[in-house]
Amino acid sequence: MEILNFKPELCAACATVDCLMKCQYIDIDLEHAREESLRISRGEDSEVLRKCVTCYACEEYCPFGNHPFYRIVDLQEQLDLLPAPRPLAESQVRMMAPRGTISKKPVSFPLVDLCAFPMLKGGIRGSLFSGVSVIDGMDIFCNLMFLHFARSSVIRERLPQITKSISSCYLEEDATREVICYHDECYGTYTSWAPAYGVDVPFRPVHLFQYLHERLLHLKDKIKPLNLTVAYQRPCSARLIPEMEHYVDDIFSLIGVKRAERRYDRGSALCCGGVMEAQQRFELAAENQEKNIADMKQCGATHAVFNCPFCFYTLMGKTMKEGITPVLMVDLCHMALGE
Amino acid sequence: MEGILKELEDIVGRRYVSASPEEKYIYSRDQGLQEPHDPDAVVLPGSTEEVQAVIRLANRERVPVVPMGGGLVLSGLTIPQKGGIVLDMKRMNRIIEVNETSRYAVVEGGVSQGVLKAYLERRHPGLKHSLPDAPPVATIAGNVAIHGSGHLSQSEGGFHSEMVTGLEAVLPTGEAVRLGSCSTVPGWFSRAPLPDLAGLFLGWNGTTGIITKIGIKLFPKPKMEDILVYMTGSVDILPDLIYRITGTEMAEDMVAAISPKPDWLRGFPILLITVTANSEEEMAMKVGIIRESVRHYYQTMESGFMPVPPYMKSQFLGAPLKDLSKFADVMKGGGFEYVGSIMPVEKLPGACSAGLDIAEKHRVTCSMGARVIGRGHCMMFFNAYAFNRADEDNMARSALALEETNRATLELGGIPWKAEAPGQQDILRKMEPGTIQLMNRIRSLLDPNGIMNPGNWEAR
Ligand SMILES: Cc1cc2nc3c(=O)[nH]c(=O)nc-3n(C[C@H](O)[C@H](O)[C@H](O)COP(=O)(O)OP(=O)(O)OC[C@H]3O[C@@H](n4cnc5c(N)ncnc54)[C@H](O)[C@@H]3O)c2cc1C
Ligand code: SF4
Ligand code: SF4
Repeated sequence: MEILNFKPELCAACATVDCLMKCQYIDIDLEHAREESLRISRGEDSEVLRKCVTCYACEEYCPFGNHPFYRIVDLQEQLDLLPAPRPLAESQVRMMAPRGTISKKPVSFPLVDLCAFPMLKGGIRGSLFSGVSVIDGMDIFCNLMFLHFARSSVIRERLPQITKSISSCYLEEDATREVICYHDECYGTYTSWAPAYGVDVPFRPVHLFQYLHERLLHLKDKIKPLNLTVAYQRPCSARLIPEMEHYVDDIFSLIGVKRAERRYDRGSALCCGGVMEAQQRFELAAENQEKNIADMKQCGATHAVFNCPFCFYTLMGKTMKEGITPVLMVDLCHMALGE
Repeated sequence: MEGILKELEDIVGRRYVSASPEEKYIYSRDQGLQEPHDPDAVVLPGSTEEVQAVIRLANRERVPVVPMGGGLVLSGLTIPQKGGIVLDMKRMNRIIEVNETSRYAVVEGGVSQGVLKAYLERRHPGLKHSLPDAPPVATIAGNVAIHGSGHLSQSEGGFHSEMVTGLEAVLPTGEAVRLGSCSTVPGWFSRAPLPDLAGLFLGWNGTTGIITKIGIKLFPKPKMEDILVYMTGSVDILPDLIYRITGTEMAEDMVAAISPKPDWLRGFPILLITVTANSEEEMAMKVGIIRESVRHYYQTMESGFMPVPPYMKSQFLGAPLKDLSKFADVMKGGGFEYVGSIMPVEKLPGACSAGLDIAEKHRVTCSMGARVIGRGHCMMFFNAYAFNRADEDNMARSALALEETNRATLELGGIPWKAEAPGQQDILRKMEPGTIQLMNRIRSLLDPNGIMNPGNWEAR
């Protein structure tokens, strides 16, 4: 339990080392990549552990689902190679700690899990969300963000209790119950990280986009196509759940939105830079932000669509300055429904 | 007192004199830990002439006079320790002049920080003055009378008393005097090149006269502001961080906070660095230079800049800092006092460890911090004690902690700021005898009958 299901033999036999060869932040040739990947699989120090900006992407790049990123984070922690300053990590661990105040509460379904982002409640409204209940707070915070701080141990320690709390307080321990995860990060936690570490998830996580797509299909007659060209800012945690990616296209096509052909989208999405600031990589953060914004502009987008609140807060000011309207995915859907 | 009350009414009008028990109660105390004492009367003068007439009367009758602005000093300096008249200056709230080109304002002795700020925002949006983080009813005069400091003290030249360009004051014998350029020519632009007599009223806690008008420096107000939060795991590196960042001359304000609350901050001192600019480019340049100055620290990953999302920034930006007043009542029950210690920046770690020991010994909640004054020329280190007035034990422990903090400050090589009367005695005990004699001579010369705020700066 809570030990990463990582198979060194897969890396030993891997010909392409996609995890490192496709990494946007580590410039490396195949031979060198192979050496470093073997070091990592043996649990040794590697320059990758220092250069990794925790963008999550190699989780998506590995064709064998061998969890290279989770492995990197485990090793960073074991070898005390901090990607972000120690006091920042420690204070975040405390700030985001479960409060232990969660209690049983009657809820109606569908149930939307807002994680630690109560400020997003305003988006849970209108015909898209009629009849839903919302849950949020530190006691159900997925804690996956600690991957950016080399603190797998925090997730390992907290997640079992969090999933139990959700199940016992809101779901009457009925494992068939669905929980709609607003944030890719929560859905990634329950469907990628938890199985990778053998943590039980006693409910059925549903991605927000899947839910939105179903609702929009249901409300199809009310949709007024938006006729917009938008830039989608794919968040790091989407790398854990590439199987959900098609819902972005499905939703956009339902609401009459064109997903601009960005250079930095899909497999080559570029981090918003927010985490890099926490990691004191300021030049890289600024470079990523500039590249993202220039790319959005260049592809003719009038709107920048986000699902991750952290990316949204990091880039909103900069997009607005360029005349591009930042908007959350849920709000874009509300717009299409005229709500 | 009957006859005096009548005369006071004749001077300022009936509405502006009170000896009612309710009023006496309110003016007998402040939010801090000093013993309350009733005044005999509260008087609100409306002009310099009225102040002169009140002072002449008080001097004739040998009645103590305690000048008061916002009454927010917290250390009992407006408590009439020997009774007499509390001279509440709030009616003298006119802004007389703003010289946009030479960047100064002339205001009456009761003008509050909030009024000047609002006035400048509306009429002179390109200018601002240095604001303390006190609630906005604190006055400009009351603040310079105690050598206050504020959000431009780091970047624009030190204590607020150093930003004074001229004074009009009423002496304890009733004469009105003008000090600085305004004594000789119409403008209130400078205290130089004349002999600097303004110092007779700055830092004296209202014991040498009443400030009725004050010229104060204004500064350009850049269009944008941002906050950088540098978090460390130890107070030991703070002096060097401050040295490096002040050395860049890119920060507007710099305040260190060492707080046990909220829990996520405990053990992680932070440095709040305000940066202002007129364009994105300027901001990026300034922020970049500041970051560069401490690069070798954050590269160790033992400290670093904390990302602050936009919705959190407002809590750190703007003057006065709103959350500080909320914090002041953290214990609920309206009790708050802090020891401000003016000391060299390198004393910060020592002051922190002394503060922690004292708080533990007396079982009190203490938040500490320091505002950098000048380019790190010194700091105003604070040990803030919030307490519940309804809890006598809590108050008694806080009082002991406060007294001990005053002594620890002096031992560390700092000087308690706006010290309570007992704290002033601690300072005087360490002071050169020659300095004390000079202070005494000045006091007896200006105030032969000892009517001004007696109990303060009384060197024995
Ligand atoms: C939450 C909080 C935060 C604070 N932060 C700061 C800060 O950042 N910087 C800072 O400097 N202070 C701060 N203070 C302390 C204090 O409130 C301020 O210094 C305030 O400006 C004092 O002004 P006042 O008008 O309230 O003075 P008062 O309390 O009325 O008087 C202060 C002293 O000046 C004398 N005095 C008042 N008016 C005159 C006059 N016209 N002529 C002669 N003497 C006079 C009084 O007799 C007394 O000795 C803070 C206080 C609180 C509660
Ligand atoms: S993690 Fe995946 S891609 Fe990387 S070396 Fe191992 S098997 Fe290959
Ligand atoms: S997480 Fe991102 S930066 Fe780190 S190794 Fe994987 S792809 Fe590279």
